[in-house]
Amino acid sequence: MNNNFILQTKDLQKSFSGIIAAENINISVKEGEIIGIIGANGAGKTVFVNMITGYLKPTSGKIHFLGNDITGIKPREATHIGVCRSFQVSQVFMTMTVKQNLMIAMSLSKKKGGQLLLPLEDEKLSKECDKILDLYKIKKQGDLIVSTLSQGMRKLLDIAMAVVGNPKVLLLDEPTSGVSVEEKFGIMDIVISALKKSGTTVLFVEHDMEIVERYVDRVIAFYQGQVICDDTPKKALKNKKVIQYVLGS
Amino acid sequence: MFKGILKDQSVQTSIGVIFILLIFGSFILPEWMSNNFMYGMSRGLAVLGLMILWRTNLVSFGHALYYGFGAYAVALCQKFFGVTDILLRLLIAVAAAGLLGFALGFILRKYREIFFAMLSLAFSMVLYGLLAKAEFLGSTDGMSISPSTFFGTELGRIALFNFIGLVVILAIIFAQAYLRSSLGHLTTAIQDNEIRVEYLGYSVEKAIHIKYVISACLAGGAGGLMAASLGQVDPDSMVLWSVSGELVFVTIMSGLGNILAPFIGAVIFEFIRTYAFEWAPQAWQMIIGGTLLAIIFFSPGGLWSLFQKLNFLRKKNNE
Ligand SMILES: Nc1ncnc2c1ncn2[C@@H]1O[C@H](COP(=O)(O)OP(=O)(O)OP(=O)(O)O)[C@@H](O)[C@H]1O
Ligand SMILES: [Mg+2]
Repeated sequence: MNNNFILQTKDLQKSFSGIIAAENINISVKEGEIIGIIGANGAGKTVFVNMITGYLKPTSGKIHFLGNDITGIKPREATHIGVCRSFQVSQVFMTMTVKQNLMIAMSLSKKKGGQLLLPLEDEKLSKECDKILDLYKIKKQGDLIVSTLSQGMRKLLDIAMAVVGNPKVLLLDEPTSGVSVEEKFGIMDIVISALKKSGTTVLFVEHDMEIVERYVDRVIAFYQGQVICDDTPKKALKNKKVIQYVLGS
Repeated sequence: MFKGILKDQSVQTSIGVIFILLIFGSFILPEWMSNNFMYGMSRGLAVLGLMILWRTNLVSFGHALYYGFGAYAVALCQKFFGVTDILLRLLIAVAAAGLLGFALGFILRKYREIFFAMLSLAFSMVLYGLLAKAEFLGSTDGMSISPSTFFGTELGRIALFNFIGLVVILAIIFAQAYLRSSLGHLTTAIQDNEIRVEYLGYSVEKAIHIKYVISACLAGGAGGLMAASLGQVDPDSMVLWSVSGELVFVTIMSGLGNILAPFIGAVIFEFIRTYAFEWAPQAWQMIIGGTLLAIIFFSPGGLWSLFQKLNFLRKKNNE
């Protein structure tokens, strides 16, 4: 495999008792790229993300990260090597406060320094945490129990929790679904510019083409488990297949 | 890990309450009452262990396994090595239970809910079967434990009582330091969302395993101290499933709200049992069952939440 790519897949395939959810997926991602993954409902976007991050084991094919074969690794191993993610349905700690959620994420990402044994409500950690909450515009909600938040805010928290792990590759599954239209761009501005600054490679699943056009370097379109287009956003959004199978007109 | 732990409010309250129990038990109350304090505080350690597990939604129906294992470890070390020193006894009980918990933890950490509960029960039944059959351990009659010593001098009842109180305080400090740490908070986190914990890079099984060993150590310590204070170990009162049931009972009765609750609950349980036994020797289980029903119906958060409610009402009245 080519070492110039941070992430590469080779003939990735996934089937669920006969139903093929991913087929012949060959993708190469360069470091620092921001990639939009598009496709209609059920096209296989989440399955793709799940395979890369170790939630699903591919039926066949290989995944390479920085030249190493990482096919079928466990979720936490993915996190350890720097492949992190957020979820389509946010996966957060519902009965804990927003701040506790993020502080757990932060102390787990620093577990080498013995942070795990320090009080969660550690002062230094708490200050750092406030800064991040501020960035994601959920500081006011810091002391609220997560189950009382709107879907959109949970989404933001979910993303923040993935980002504090300092990933090399970050996969976001529909980061803006559930976030209000007025807030969408503001949030994406913040998230993407922060990730660009840290040189993080980002792949995000998105249904909103305005967001795709504005933020990504490259678009990968899925249809029935296959990649039907892999191109710059300008070209991809004009691609016939994309128009027919993704944009649905 | 322990930085500023003595400033923690529930640790301070706990230390205060235990001190009061110790003073009353040592100087003022009759022997049977202070004995109840002593037994309650010892068994409270095992209840604390259950509470720590329970906070991750893991209920062990077989914690008497560790309780009994700790007690029998004390008995065996007396029989074969003549160990009577109370510190050694405690260490042996804790270490033995901890090791057993570490070994079994590799299996149990894979299970949740009823499977976890029942698997724990199964292991405890195996130990019960072994102990009841083992003649060199006195079979169902068990073994007697000689009075404890402390660096060579024999420990009186009151001294032992105070030693147990001190152990309880140390256990509370340790448990609170654990629960307030990030690792301890994973407890709730795991209960909420195991997938997320894994994606944050931590092994859920490992976190549960650590918790399980802590819980086993606490139960083992409880068993060791109980052996020392009763002067007797036997399978029926140390390892039988009904002992595990009692521990679960006291955990529900105490509630999960506070680190001191297990000890208050366990002491109250000793008194309920004493009185129930006195008033209705034929039907004392009925009284205990009734108590549990009353708690579940009227104060599902356990006695602790009842205290909190009372406190709240008092404050309201004062305003
Ligand atoms: N665990 C599973 N078991 C069986 N089938 C599955 C499983 N996960 C996904 N699928 C199937 O795989 C296909 C692709 O699903 P996937 O969730 O990847 O779609 P998606 O592109 O993310 O769609 P959406 O936009 O609705 O999120 C669907 O047909 C789905 O039913
Ligand atoms: Mg999806």
